[in-house]
Order: sequence, then structure tokens, then C-alpha cells
Amino acid sequence: MTTHPSEKKSRFDPEPMPRRDFLGLAALGSMAAAFALSIFGMLKLPKAAVSASPAKKFNVALPDTHPEGEAFVPPGRNVAVFRDADGVFAISTVCTHLGCIVKTSAAGFDCPCHGSGFQKDGTVRKGPAPTPLPWLKVSKNGALLTIDEEATVKTGTKV
Amino acid sequence: MKAEGYSALHEFWINLRGIPNHVYRAMFRGGPPKTDRTRSSFIFGNVFLHLHSVRTHLWSLRWSTTMGLGIMTTAAFLITLVTGILLMFYYKPYPDVAYQSIKDIHFIVPTGRFMRNIHRWAANVMVVAVILHMARAFYTASYRKPREFNWFIGWGLLVTTLGLSFTGYLLPWDQLAYWAITIGANIAQSPREITDALGITAWADIGGLQREILLGSDKVGEEALIRFYLLHVMILPLALVMLMAVHFWRIRKDGGLAKPGNADEMVAEEAKEFYPVFTDAPTKTYHLAAVVKGKTPAVGSGPEHTVPSMPHLFYAELGVLMLTTLICVALAFVSDAPLKELANPLVPENPAKAPWYFLGLQEIVSFSAFMGGIGIPMLCVIGLGLIPFLDREKEGTGEWFGGPGGWKLVKWSVVVGFAGSIGVEAFAIHFGWLREAFPDIPQLFITFINPGTVLTAIYAAYSIWAVRKYNSTRAGALALFTCFLCGFIVLTVIGTYFRGPNWDFFWSPSDWGGH
Repeated sequence: MTTHPSEKKSRFDPEPMPRRDFLGLAALGSMAAAFALSIFGMLKLPKAAVSASPAKKFNVALPDTHPEGEAFVPPGRNVAVFRDADGVFAISTVCTHLGCIVKTSAAGFDCPCHGSGFQKDGTVRKGPAPTPLPWLKVSKNGALLTIDEEATVKTGTKV
Repeated sequence: MKAEGYSALHEFWINLRGIPNHVYRAMFRGGPPKTDRTRSSFIFGNVFLHLHSVRTHLWSLRWSTTMGLGIMTTAAFLITLVTGILLMFYYKPYPDVAYQSIKDIHFIVPTGRFMRNIHRWAANVMVVAVILHMARAFYTASYRKPREFNWFIGWGLLVTTLGLSFTGYLLPWDQLAYWAITIGANIAQSPREITDALGITAWADIGGLQREILLGSDKVGEEALIRFYLLHVMILPLALVMLMAVHFWRIRKDGGLAKPGNADEMVAEEAKEFYPVFTDAPTKTYHLAAVVKGKTPAVGSGPEHTVPSMPHLFYAELGVLMLTTLICVALAFVSDAPLKELANPLVPENPAKAPWYFLGLQEIVSFSAFMGGIGIPMLCVIGLGLIPFLDREKEGTGEWFGGPGGWKLVKWSVVVGFAGSIGVEAFAIHFGWLREAFPDIPQLFITFINPGTVLTAIYAAYSIWAVRKYNSTRAGALALFTCFLCGFIVLTVIGTYFRGPNWDFFWSPSDWGGH
């Protein structure tokens, strides 16, 4: 029941919204807001700011005797380095389907996990892989090659 | 205040002597549980036992009602809990060290290998039992009002159980573990298949975020191992225990197990053997204890066809617990838990297989990572989870294969379920899929039209046909659920026995050859 403003109010008349209810709701609301914000803050914790993995940029020497068109896999890296008449290039060997390591084969690359196949230039030949194997950025650093596993370049870029 | 006529020291002596007796009495507030009445108050007053109703309907105690599958799941969980805690004495969650500690458990720790075997087998039994338990609840139409919410909780328990299995799989840090988790983590990343195709990954990389939070890094390493360990020994078990408490409590609050309308008549013969309820005039009436939804023993038909839960229900439960323990221990005797070589991030296992209950998933993942790993499973979880709200019919509740269509429809659905999944698989294995025929086909086509989605569409169409034929949503649910189970079985068997290196099809693992 609400009272008309013109009526004389007594302290026993109910208010439109009792002050206690308002204060109680405000307290509950601010508590809920505080919890929501603190949960948002806590959710930030599991997302690591820095990844614990080793550097993605590395130097490697491609032996002069290395035959053309054959993959050279630097030790401990998931990269295949090639040399042909136009220059040097590097293709990632991490399958774009679910992250297994592809092997070089006569047809290009084959994935052991779910049967994805790629051409020699990394484009998808068969299987479930959604995208081609990325080409990685290679820069010449004196006699060495610097390969950056995080920087991809357009398919066909050779140096 | 000391008692009249004794010195305080004397009274102290009397109290000291009385300790065993007094502790015993303090423990059993209503007196020792020796009569039906004191047993009832014992159950009612005990925080663990009161998840049970004090009296159980004879129908619920019939072997054919539940086959003890829920209790079997619980028992398997308790076994993994005990053996898991024992394994934690020696297990060290750090790459390479983890592998060595599992080797220690296997070769050096007294009973270590046996405990690990039991842990592994109990986990497998738990997965099987929880799936069968779900099937039982479904086929007896026990999910209906007022039990809809408990069906929901049950789905939560199923997902948590699978989560526990999956996180446990990484902990040995062997080749098997490493590559299964690499694949699993990349499934979490697979929404990129959609965002890449739409070209919005740079702004909305949901997949990348999921993978990063799961692994704590950009690859499966020390951060991933400690996260999986935390999930496996702390977060998921806690979630499971909480969900279990709600699940059990709701059984009681929803009026016990679902019963067919004529359950009272069907158990009338057995009920004559039992002592009637109210002859020894309990001080509390049973009605107060049974204020629950639905038709309870105390509403309408009276409590005549119930027996005291203690000991009748408890004997049944302990029997299932012993049977489950026997199964796990026997399996642990004859078969060792696997441990392959130390994880090597450079050379994947070939083939890299997940645990068997995920191989059906892996089979459809080999068509499309996103639809197989996220799209179709989400559809299953949401679709089957919502069944109680879609099927609000009354016919057949509490009866095996109850409802329109019944056993005949289920039989046909088994045929459709097997034929559909085997047919689609045979086609895909023999002819390949769209990319083999059209090499330049856009990825979105493959994502949405692949053997997994085609199979899902066949099952959905068949279920819609069943709804129309029987003019009943229950019939559609029977058809869909049966197809889902059959598809799960076929895909799992193909993934387990007929897939070899490069996930190629082989008639037998002996044809795999060297790789």
C-alpha cells in the first residue's frame, strides 16, 4: 500500500519502498558487484602473461652440401628448411589440424595422427587439416639463417 | 557440581571408566541401531546416511530396476579416490620427473604397480558404469518430472567423469600421454577453424584463448602438467563430490526412484514377508520425514510396500561395492596399466590414440577438428540434456523401454544406429571425402559437411520420423538416444581396432607394419 503525497504521513504508514529494504538491497547489490569483479580479477590469473617456452627465434647453418629440395630439420625444432634454385625457405612441421608433427614424404608432408597430407609447398592435399602449413620468416645472418617460428610469411617467399 | 555422596576425585574416576560407554552413546543419539525404529532415526540423524530415505520401496530394490549401476559408478569412484591418494605419495608433477616417478611406482614402490592398475581399471569401470547408468535412467524414462533436474546433474557428472579421465591421462608423461593431450588441447583450440575461415581470428580468438588457459603456455609443458594435475586431484574431484551429493539428495527429495504406476501391486507378494510399518507406534510419524515431491510412500498408497533402508538397501549397496572392487582388482591382476617411452615433443606416436572412450570422438575429429571435437559433442550434451524438458509425457515412466514405440522402436533404432554409422564410415573410408574429389573446396564446407555431421543429420532425421510416426516426443527421444549409443559404439570400435598409422584403415593391428 502506498500513500498519496498529499495525505498526512504518520511514521506507521508504509513508505513506497521501506528505507531498510532499500539499504538492504543496496548492500546485497554492492556485495554481488564486488564478488563479480573479484571473480573477473581471479580469472586473469590462469592466463599466463609470459609463456614458459624457449625462444622461438633461432639461428641455424644450412650445410652447403645439403641437396636441393630435401628437408633439413634443425635439431629440436619443428621446422623443415629447404633450398632450391630460387633461395632458401622454411615450412612449419606442426600439423594445422591438431598439432602433431608431420613427416616429409615423396608427396610432400604427411601427418601421422589423423591422415592429413600436404603438398611440397605446404598446401593441403588431403585429410582434415583446415589450413596450409605456414611458411616461416627466414633472414640471412652472415653465414647463418635466422628463423622465426612465430612470424609467418606468404607461401612462396624465398630468400 | 559433584554428585551427592561422592568426592570429586571419586566421580572423576567413575567418569573415566564410563568413557567408552558414553562415547558410544553420544555417537548413536537414538540408541544403538538395533530395531527398525532406532535404525530409522540412525539414518535420519547421520549426515552421510540421511542422503537415503529411511525406508525404501521394494520396487527400487529389484535387480531389474537399476542393476546397481549408479552405486557401481560411485563404488568405482571411491576406489579411484583411495588408490589415487596412495599414488600421490610418490607421484611428482614435473615433466620427465613425472615419468620417472611413475616408473618408481611401477617397479620399486611396494604394491605400487598393483595400486596403479586398480586406479586405472576403476577409472575405466567408472566410465562404463556411468554410461550404462545414464542409459538405464533414459530407457526407464526416469528423467521425467520431478526428476528433470537430476538428469541435468547426471550429465554434469558424466562430463566431470570424462574430464577426470582425460586429465589423468597426461600425468604419466609418456608418449601416449603427451600426444593425446596435444591433440586434446588443439581440439580446445579448434574454434579457430571457424574464426580462420571467417577471417576474424585476429579479433576473436576463442580457440587460442581456451588452449592457452588449459595449457598455461603455447605447448604441452610443465605448466600444462601442473594444471592437469590440479584439475585431476583437486578441482574435478571436488566438483564431482559436490554434484554427487546433490544427485543422491535429489533422488530422495524427488520421491525415490521412478516407479511404474502399478509398482505397488507388482511387489505385493514380496511385501507380505515384511513386518508392517506402524505396529510399534513410532514417536515420530513417518509423514514428517517424507515431505518430498511426487508420490512418496506416505502419500496416497501408504508405506506398506516399503522396507527399512537399513539393512535392506544397505546390503544391496555394499554388495555392489564388493562386486565392483572384485572386478577392478581382478582386472588389475591380469592387465597392467600402460607406460610407453618418455614424452618426446618432436616425434608423435603413430598412431597417437586417446583413451578408448575418446576414440569415437577422435574418429569424427579426423574429419573436422571443430565439428568433431566441439560442435557435435556440444550438440549431444545440449540435446540429450534437454530431453526431460522436451519429453513431458507420462506414459511408461519407470518401465524399461517405456513409452510409445517401446522395445520395438528401440530394436529398429539399433538397426538404424548401426547401419547409419557403419554406412557413413564405410563410405568415407572407401571413397574419401569432399577434399579428395574437389581439392580446392573451401574449409567451411568440410567443417559443416563431413561424415560426422552427415551421421548426426541422419540420426536427427530418423528421430523426427519417429516423433511423427508415433506422435510422441518420447518415441523421438528413444530413437535418438539409441542411435547415439550405437554410433558411439561403432565409432569407438573403429577408432580402437581399425585405425592404424596415419589414422589409415586397417582390418587388423597386425597389418600395421613398421613405421
